Amino acid sequence: MEQFLQQLLNGIAVGGIYALVALGYTMVYGVLKLINFAHGDLFTIGAYLGLTLLVSAGIAGALPLFAAILLVFIMVALFVALIGFLLERTAYRPLRSAGRLSAVVSALGASIFFQNAIMLIYEPRVYVFPDFLRPTFTISLFGFTFPGIRLFIVGVSILLMLLLWAFIQKTRVGTAIQAVAIDQDAARLVGINVNKIISLVFLIGPGLGGIAGLMVGLYYGQIDFTMGWGYGLKAFIAAILGGIGNIPGAMLGGFLLGIIEALAAGYISMAWKDAIAFFVLIVILIVRPTGILGERTAEKL
Amino acid sequence: MHDTTAAHHFHAEKNKTVGRFFEHNKRSVFYVALILLFAAFPLTGSSYWIDLGVNIGFYTLLALSLNVILGQAGIFNMGHMAFYGVGAYVTAILNTVWHWPVFWTMPLAGCAAGLFAAIVARPIIHLRGDYLLIVTIGIVEIVRIALLNDIGGLTGGSNGIFGISRPVLFGFKIVKPIHFYYLVWGMVAVSYLLFYMMRRSRFGRALNYIKTDDVAAEGCGIDVAHYKLLAFVLGATWAGMTGSIYAAKMTTIAPESFNFMESCIIFAVVILGGGSQLGVLISALLFIGLPEIFRQFNDFRMLLFGLAMMLMMIWRPQGILPMRPRLYAVSKKLFSGAKESTSKGQEKIA
Repeated sequence: MEQFLQQLLNGIAVGGIYALVALGYTMVYGVLKLINFAHGDLFTIGAYLGLTLLVSAGIAGALPLFAAILLVFIMVALFVALIGFLLERTAYRPLRSAGRLSAVVSALGASIFFQNAIMLIYEPRVYVFPDFLRPTFTISLFGFTFPGIRLFIVGVSILLMLLLWAFIQKTRVGTAIQAVAIDQDAARLVGINVNKIISLVFLIGPGLGGIAGLMVGLYYGQIDFTMGWGYGLKAFIAAILGGIGNIPGAMLGGFLLGIIEALAAGYISMAWKDAIAFFVLIVILIVRPTGILGERTAEKL
Repeated sequence: MHDTTAAHHFHAEKNKTVGRFFEHNKRSVFYVALILLFAAFPLTGSSYWIDLGVNIGFYTLLALSLNVILGQAGIFNMGHMAFYGVGAYVTAILNTVWHWPVFWTMPLAGCAAGLFAAIVARPIIHLRGDYLLIVTIGIVEIVRIALLNDIGGLTGGSNGIFGISRPVLFGFKIVKPIHFYYLVWGMVAVSYLLFYMMRRSRFGRALNYIKTDDVAAEGCGIDVAHYKLLAFVLGATWAGMTGSIYAAKMTTIAPESFNFMESCIIFAVVILGGGSQLGVLISALLFIGLPEIFRQFNDFRMLLFGLAMMLMMIWRPQGILPMRPRLYAVSKKLFSGAKESTSKGQEKIA
């Protein structure tokens, strides 16, 4: 029971990270029908930037730990959001009228570019988050002790998701994002500035992704410049699992994938963990291609 | 006087014929020159250049085989390395465990890759483009992880398999890079020709139709799923056979050679090529060859590669050499209004 609960909480923590990254994929896919392959690398940028700000820039030393982490979360989100915005402007906007495959290749190029840029700016080695950055307190719940960092990550990711959900559902701009995702031309007709909405999506998605990157660093304590591929792919699986283009779907898919993976790693085989995620994906696509929350829509002719 | 004019006349006529020959056979002349260029390349270069040539040859073969799937049938396959890997491992296992000669294993490697492709693609081939892209990424990752985990105790885990013997062709042992150069580029030439012929066949035309508009194709009675699956299996089989030669060239293979990143690069090479075979060839030379040439800028090499991919797509989203719409000869009688010739003309169009 103890092991099961720990695995479950671990799964929820990792799932929260997947969900945050998956939101970026699913929102971009919603408005542009583009798989943003560079999203995983924006996530990596978040992790590296967070480490730099905390340690090299000395924010962790100047402020109490929690305040420092909170401040760095915000700074990372803003910076990565800016990179996402510039990425859309330079690499995707000129290709909007071209075929979708051209944009995919451009996204792959951007991904390779970012990955190597990180490698050149930092060194091609594993970076370790110093221990003092990682909260070590534990929390007792129902007679079990849980590491505080896990609960912290679960808490932050759920909070961010609730904020996003409220923004999408309750504000005018959020409604406009939904409208653009459903039908760009119709959205334009009712006076929505589609270009601005797309830019906004490229601010929100990478912002959340950057925060998720820093959370991985805090959670596992180490980062490397290639980690974006793996997390990016997992998050994309999560997005499809929940139904691509569907925001609550990405959240659900993220948590679900995290839990499945943690339990599979704990009870089946650690070595096959990654393969199991892809296996789940293939099964979902065969059984229900639109994902769990995705709506079945008729193919447009 | 009379003589000289005649000679002059004759000369002019001859020049004209030569000119006309070039005019009419521009294509043949171009391809003969291209073949001569590739054949002569090893005479000038050092073994480093020849090795590079072999490497580009492997990528070109892979890109040509992926072009059948992606460029002709329009199926988004980002896991082509899976089939390459299956082919390479089948050859490696048959060769090191049962000591089969490499060339004997080649058809089997192709069949194994094709069969694997048929099994995995059968349930997913009807999916929409993006989903297929993700599933094929899943396939290449699952294959890599399976190889890493030493399935059946045959694949050797992360160390892979070593000690694969050299292929022997009619008693001639293929050992040196230059031998492999001619073998691989010979295969490129044969594949190029076969795929060219395939494109003009009924099968190729059906694929072209499916790529352009699969709903309309279905409406015209083309079994879309069936043709797509055939194209997928054909491309995978070709990749498997290429993998077989790759195993023999390297003598050592490991799971990391068949990863997702490599699949992405092949995918990009095909899209950047634009769909025509010549475009794919040029794109492979540019995008695999150039980064190798700039080896001394090792660190910046891949950075520039990524940048080039983005710039190329922005500058030329349709690729280097897109497939031209094919022209069909329509009989002149069609326009003169002769009734019985109408059906003849249509036959040619169809």
